[in-house]
Amino acid sequence: MKKFLQRNIVPLVFLVLCTIGFRYSGLSWMFFANDLMTRLARNSFLVISLIIPVLAGMGLNFGIVLGAMAGQFAAFITVVHNMTGMTGFLAACAMSIPFAILFGWLTGILFNNAKGKEMITGLILGFFANGLYQLVCLILVGWVIPISNKALLLPSGTGFVNTIDLKIWQYALDKFYVLRFKTITIPGLKYLNNINIPVLTLVVVAVLCTLVVLLFRTKLGQDLRAVGQNRHIAEVAGIKVDRVRIIAVIFSTVLAAWGQLIFLQNIGNVQVYGSHVQVGTFAVAALLIGGATVSRATIGQALLGTVLFHALFIVSPLAGKNIMGSAQVGEYFRVFIAYGVIGIALALHAWQRLAKPGKK
Amino acid sequence: MENSLLNRIGVPRLIISLFLAFLVAAAFSYGLPMGQIFSAMLTRFGMNALLVLAMIPTIQAGAGPNFGLPFGIICGLVGTTLAIELDLRGFPALFFAIAVSIPLGAVAGWLYGLLLNRVKGQEMTVGTYMGFSIVSLMCIFWLMAPYNSPEMIWPYGGEGLRVTVVLDGRMEQLLDRFLSFSVGSVVVPTGLLLVTALCCVLLWAFLRTRTGLAMSIVGANPRFAEASGLNVNKYRMLSSIISCAMGAAGIVIYSQSYGFIQLYQAPLYMALYSVSAILIGGASLQRATISQALIGTFLFNALLVIALPVANVAMSSDISEIMRVIISNGIILYALTRKEVGGDAR
Repeated sequence: MKKFLQRNIVPLVFLVLCTIGFRYSGLSWMFFANDLMTRLARNSFLVISLIIPVLAGMGLNFGIVLGAMAGQFAAFITVVHNMTGMTGFLAACAMSIPFAILFGWLTGILFNNAKGKEMITGLILGFFANGLYQLVCLILVGWVIPISNKALLLPSGTGFVNTIDLKIWQYALDKFYVLRFKTITIPGLKYLNNINIPVLTLVVVAVLCTLVVLLFRTKLGQDLRAVGQNRHIAEVAGIKVDRVRIIAVIFSTVLAAWGQLIFLQNIGNVQVYGSHVQVGTFAVAALLIGGATVSRATIGQALLGTVLFHALFIVSPLAGKNIMGSAQVGEYFRVFIAYGVIGIALALHAWQRLAKPGKK
Repeated sequence: MENSLLNRIGVPRLIISLFLAFLVAAAFSYGLPMGQIFSAMLTRFGMNALLVLAMIPTIQAGAGPNFGLPFGIICGLVGTTLAIELDLRGFPALFFAIAVSIPLGAVAGWLYGLLLNRVKGQEMTVGTYMGFSIVSLMCIFWLMAPYNSPEMIWPYGGEGLRVTVVLDGRMEQLLDRFLSFSVGSVVVPTGLLLVTALCCVLLWAFLRTRTGLAMSIVGANPRFAEASGLNVNKYRMLSSIISCAMGAAGIVIYSQSYGFIQLYQAPLYMALYSVSAILIGGASLQRATISQALIGTFLFNALLVIALPVANVAMSSDISEIMRVIISNGIILYALTRKEVGGDAR
């Protein structure tokens, strides 16, 4: 019992926080559960994309922001060529792959030059890439890169407008088949009534979870784990450490690109200069809230963390308003939680590693 | 060594200097008002210098650039807002703000130092996120704190402090105007530069005291320092206290020169800009000198000052903010991936 508490203290604390928040927010269960289901479907994939680098010993990959950018570039292309519906979404997924592989490859090379400092490097890389992204989207587009659809450009003719509509393939996955229970009478499951379940999105997430699990059964997966446990021993054992690490980052970046596309098909528009900025921070915070650490993460933790983090997201503005008299307080509180949780988790990890001198 | 000169100047410093020279030439050829531009360069240099100098103690003590600078910055903001709340004007306001900020900053630095000593090797990542979280926690403070000064709260029933508080008539450009004179059309912010010089001298003197030297040894080789009886954690703690106190005073000087106090999310990335400035000056993550800090501050800020008007004329779109993001983060990435000379002795 004590061991269980110790291992799961973080998710438990957040469960309590969410419960208190839910009570004070005064939200109805149906609204809350529907919102949570939507958020789980659209965000879990981004969180799962973090797992592979963690297991490869590279820590939390803040560089998934680049994956999100890859996804958005692909999304812009589908909008310009007006590809609609499921075709448009799948085309975006396919087109994001080359971008994501390129970005992931570059990120991997960078990480290999900054071993032991991957997290801060990834974080700064995210900011840096955002600068380049703005350069492309605000200056080069329409000036160097021709865009046939002028409606996407600012009046001056260069640069994308702030918001690009994605109605052409909004809900491509989510509304493909929506399951909605009405008549469950079993006491424990009664709460599932009237919740819209985006079946296809969840199936896609489940399939990809399975693939990630299967990946770790392959030779490559074993190499990843070996590198994660001890780089030097892996090197001696004949594993090409640098190559394996680059592959891990590429996987993560490609998954993040798809994750961002799943996110966008639910939202229905791209905030060209904003949608991707917080992706890394929020995904990392969610993973950590699920009980993962810098060196250990499972798919279960990713899913649990997504649920808890977004539950807090839903309830905190209203709870803030009802407890402190200001919705703004709730807003800032959840940002504080996101940053604070990452800060504390990283601090604890570094602390534990120092406390255990035997391990590295 | 055929390229020893290149090594001494450093590739990034060279590129940035050339780029700056190019932009200055471009500004001349476009016939931009150079007097104004050079004045702005001097002012921005003085504005940021202390915040960049604040990086030196922690780098020297081996704790890396102080990504936790927001800890100090928010203390400085508290000091400045208190000065306005008490309705102080002129130099009393400035001195009060600094006098309140420094001890607060020192306390924050002490707390931050406690943390830093427990996360050796991960100071940068932990510091960044702790800095981010303290800034967002303080957002709640700015919203809830019982300030009453009509200059700071929203005029019509809003809650909390304004996002930017105007310092007009309080201490706006107090130091900048002090003994200020003009050379041709260039206005020299004498007071600001004098304060910067004073800070440099104080820091320089401190680094040459017994304590200061011990701090540098701790950073250069912790094991050797430990072996010769120096308390490594004590000196790292000291560096964090000094750094945060300097950050606190630094933001007061920054705000008076800028003419506004920026609250809420504004301090979020300030640490990053200070870190990149010192790195542009040629510092590494392990070693930094005062001259590197000053050169870096000047190059970085001069570039930003001149980029805006040049870009406006040349391509009629605002590229300077984008450039700031790319340059500042690019230089940090460069420093992170540089092979550490002498290795990390931790």
